Amino acid sequence: MKTYEKSAGFFPVFERKTGPAKEATHYCPGCGHGNVHKMIAEALEEFGLIGRSVFVSPVGCSVFGYYYFNCGNFQAAHGRAPAVATAVKRTNPDSIVISYQGDGDLAAIGTAETIHAANRGENICVFFVNNAIYGMTGGQMAPTTMIGQRSTTTPQGRLETVHGNPIRMAEMLATLPAPTYIERVAIGDSKHIMKARKAIRKALKIQAEGKGYSFVEIVSACPTGWKMDPVHARDWLLEDMLKVFPLGVFKDESDSRDENSWHRRYDAYEPAVVDEYLDRLKSTLGEAEPVALENDLHCKFAGFGGQGILTLGLLLSQIGMRAGQHVSWFPAYGPEMRGGTANCSVNLCGSRIGTPLVENPNVLVVMNQPSLDAFADQVTDGGVIIVDTTIVEGRPDAKRLRPVLIPATAIADEVGMAKIANVVVLGALVAATGCFPRAFCEDTLRAAIKKRSLVDMNIDAFGRGYDFVKNAR
Amino acid sequence: MTDNAALDVPWMEVNGELCKGCQLCLAVCPKSVIAISEKLNSASYHPAYYTGADCTGCGLCFYACPEPGAIRVTKP
Repeated sequence: MKTYEKSAGFFPVFERKTGPAKEATHYCPGCGHGNVHKMIAEALEEFGLIGRSVFVSPVGCSVFGYYYFNCGNFQAAHGRAPAVATAVKRTNPDSIVISYQGDGDLAAIGTAETIHAANRGENICVFFVNNAIYGMTGGQMAPTTMIGQRSTTTPQGRLETVHGNPIRMAEMLATLPAPTYIERVAIGDSKHIMKARKAIRKALKIQAEGKGYSFVEIVSACPTGWKMDPVHARDWLLEDMLKVFPLGVFKDESDSRDENSWHRRYDAYEPAVVDEYLDRLKSTLGEAEPVALENDLHCKFAGFGGQGILTLGLLLSQIGMRAGQHVSWFPAYGPEMRGGTANCSVNLCGSRIGTPLVENPNVLVVMNQPSLDAFADQVTDGGVIIVDTTIVEGRPDAKRLRPVLIPATAIADEVGMAKIANVVVLGALVAATGCFPRAFCEDTLRAAIKKRSLVDMNIDAFGRGYDFVKNAR
Repeated sequence: MTDNAALDVPWMEVNGELCKGCQLCLAVCPKSVIAISEKLNSASYHPAYYTGADCTGCGLCFYACPEPGAIRVTKP
């Protein structure tokens, strides 16, 4: 006996759905989403995939996927479903991940996510329901709206010269090397519907076998948005829409792929692998016994881009890392490589760091006047404020703060390069805070500075900054 | 329904409360054995119903129907 009935891929009752009618979908009469949902649910059940499937809903009429599908569910921000699906798949490689999207979501707002997930060959299924209109929001023009088609935003019909041409996503994505399978099908008459069912099943099978990315574009009716009765809408779909969106397989490499053929190393994200990488990074600084840190440092370094502000932060972070402390480095800069403003936040802590942001530093370095104006008030009482007096004219509040006034750029110029003022400041910082021993810092600098010819000059600059502060006391 | 089961012949059935009256099942039925009720259901749709004979159990109406639970087809 053969029975065609509601699949176990659906919840028996749609308890999550608001309002009455807990067994009916929220879709309009004749909407193609229901057909596609049924095909997906049926395939998940028949292939035994329900327990490990994750359905990622888009924004659009199908936003409520989690009402219906009896599996894991996500609801992604508009257009971001393939990015969310990527994260789900990579963190749970055994899961079956479906990115279910409409044409506004996939081909307009999420174009970037769509293209790049395909280009990476993520092992996910993208089911793209194309009804040539923004349905949920009331029938506005979508990227797939056809020339001459009326919508609320193209009341006289879409014009090629004004609105561009309808985008054919399947054809576009088929130009990429990574995707395994790309087909366009339609929810039209029975022949088309059964072909669509076959394509959906094939895509899920490809993913289950680890063969990579599938994209099934499903041309589907929106009777409400098109202002047609459901039967007429499907006729119109077959007669007019398929001229613009021809059906067919645009790419199929499923026979020549296996789970190893498309290079993908999920293990690169395992915590143990990340730890190993960080250890390797640390070992480039040279082996060292942990050095205790008396007080946690929450630093803000600020100045013009090009003064080495970000590098100053990195160098201090590397010293802290080699000392076995928890460190974070967080840059903030304008678009200019030189001349814009730049600052970075550095935490050096004995325990785990919650946020890399530093809103109230206990060490502030200012290497230009705007930075003094912007950040001095944020320093905690009794905090250290290091001012490069060669450049900064103003002076901080000496009653509330501990100012360290040092002509860092002038000293650096004497050493041989004005650009090295950041390392002079680093020496001053280490002397003023007493965070780590001088020799320990110098050893770290020797390892951290990649250009060997500049090591001696940097050590010199560091020592000058350090001595300036020690001698000034 | 019970009659069809007893007769051991294929049949389809419509859950009249879940049907939204889109008539897509009528459009695809090769035997034209589905009709639309003159009565309204509680959601104000005229639901489809099986006229009672000659269903072949092909299942095409099931796949043409967008509602997960509205149509059930049994082929003994």
